[in-house]
Amino acid sequence: MRFGKVSFVLLLAIVVSVGVRAQSRTYDELGRTPTAEEIQAWDIAIGPAGEELPPGRGTAKDGATIYAQKCVGCHGQNLEGSPNGKPLVGGQGTLGTLTPKKTIGAYWPFATQIWDFINRAMPPNMYNVPIPPEQKHTADEVYALTAFILFRNDIIKEGDVIDANSLPKIEMPNRNGFVPVELEDALDYRGRGCRSGTCP
Amino acid sequence: MKSKTDRRRFLQGSAAVVGGMAVGGVKPASSQSNDVPGDDTWSLGYEPQTPTDPREYGQRSRYVTSKRTYNPRGRRATDDVHTPLAEVEGIITPASLHFNVNHGSAIPDIDPATHRLMIHGMVDRPLIFTMEELKRFPSVTRTHFVECAYNAAPPERRSLDATVQRTHGQTSCSQWTGVLLSVLLKETGVKKGATWIVGEGAEEKKRTKSIPLEKAMADAIVAYGQNGEPVRPEQGFPLRLVVPGYEGPANVKWLRRIKLGDQPWMAHADNPGHTTLRPDGKGRWFEFEMGVNSVITSPSGGHHLPKRGFYGLNGLAWSGGGAISRVEISTNGGRSWNDAQLLEPIHRFAHTRFYYPWQWDGGEVVLQSRATDERGDVQPALVELNKIFGVDSDYWLAIKDSRGHFNPIQPWKVSAEGRVYNAIWEG
Repeated sequence: MRFGKVSFVLLLAIVVSVGVRAQSRTYDELGRTPTAEEIQAWDIAIGPAGEELPPGRGTAKDGATIYAQKCVGCHGQNLEGSPNGKPLVGGQGTLGTLTPKKTIGAYWPFATQIWDFINRAMPPNMYNVPIPPEQKHTADEVYALTAFILFRNDIIKEGDVIDANSLPKIEMPNRNGFVPVELEDALDYRGRGCRSGTCP
Repeated sequence: MKSKTDRRRFLQGSAAVVGGMAVGGVKPASSQSNDVPGDDTWSLGYEPQTPTDPREYGQRSRYVTSKRTYNPRGRRATDDVHTPLAEVEGIITPASLHFNVNHGSAIPDIDPATHRLMIHGMVDRPLIFTMEELKRFPSVTRTHFVECAYNAAPPERRSLDATVQRTHGQTSCSQWTGVLLSVLLKETGVKKGATWIVGEGAEEKKRTKSIPLEKAMADAIVAYGQNGEPVRPEQGFPLRLVVPGYEGPANVKWLRRIKLGDQPWMAHADNPGHTTLRPDGKGRWFEFEMGVNSVITSPSGGHHLPKRGFYGLNGLAWSGGGAISRVEISTNGGRSWNDAQLLEPIHRFAHTRFYYPWQWDGGEVVLQSRATDERGDVQPALVELNKIFGVDSDYWLAIKDSRGHFNPIQPWKVSAEGRVYNAIWEG
């Protein structure tokens, strides 16, 4: 009986020490804690909830002006696209045809994706020629361009203000056009029937 | 975690600082001032180095001429090159012949001395590492393929004259060396409730990909070595995330940031830029794994058999589900199948060679391979995929877009003259 008690205490001590060890670092001299500024500067992937969106705002009207200056050359007067830039309007009703158009209005499920993509990728370096810094977009400009594209796809009104609060709330027309519909179901790869390289 | 309001206030007060700063070597000294946080200017492209003295850096024989081919649909010189699978010996693809798709970003010219990997989000302790520090962790060396999600897609297989380089040349296999991501995540700790990571590159467009945390913890590698040398610039120098068996974009090149969270970020490569469509117009997202696949590389499209007699069929099999457990061969149009010999080594999530002795009697014949992986998943025939999607074979010829995760059996037809051509659309 007394032996049992000692064993129990020993076991408890081991469990506690293992538990503590699991919380601590093994290679604590490697790496350092990034500053808040460093994290903020790189934290640019915008999820559907929009938590990472920075301050700023814009309307379609502001966006039209910026578009005419910085985007029209590749994406066209009427957002119809060109060999150097994809169309930014149209495509509705084409997804199930032989000539599907995966455009923002017809295909993209989250409005935050527009902000994320313009911010990280537009305007692009063409043929390895760098974009002058003054041509890159500010946060306000990205909001305005996002508003402009949403307006031209009949998803918002011309005067609607797009900012970190309003953008994640916008319902995109094709939000339910994916399988599985709910993001939380995506993790269960086998459970949702994916076999031999095909998810039905 | 700071509250959203706190963070906003912080940002408002420091937006100008964030834009222009060069934080302790995190950004190159030449970084331009910009209001969008996290931007930098090192994406102007690297200059390929011409070979130096062959005594210092060796070259191949002048009789060896295998080379990558450009995909005719690629718009830039660096875009969309295919591996000559029929001319790769063994399971390792030489880095010089590795397939490549850059999605429009120039290959960045990154100085490893200034490169950093930051891990943050739903962790106990965010950490930032130098390359030198990453190399002080215990490393692993593992053989894994990387395959484009659109490898062997219908447009690549349309031509009767398509070579295996054209049809299947967007998979390549390397020996990767680096730190297991699980080792680094033990250093940062993982907060309860975290289910996803997002990996992000340092290139011009900073492509991102969301990956289930469970997979990241299982076998993902933060790789700095490829086939015994530093990862090549076009493959992600100095750092690449290797996610065994997952579609190409999950293997984030020029990796500089990993964030943990409780939902996917729905980045361009998660969707909408990379998902493929079902015939009914629904998007297929989060397909993660590349399907079980195989192809006979010799003989294959464009080859010519000079005379009847003995030929060995050689080929490659691979699967996003793990190790290849079986490859079967049919030499009679699919009426019967016989086991091919699997050639060692057989690694999980790696190209696996197979061999089948075959006598050509000089008649017209259709050669096919069919792979099975360790989970029992079997590579489908085209007619089986047609049944799943409710279409006939003509559908794949008629669609104007491409469709990813397309892994049906590849039949090669040998004509009575010994010409080998693509026969997937026949029968």
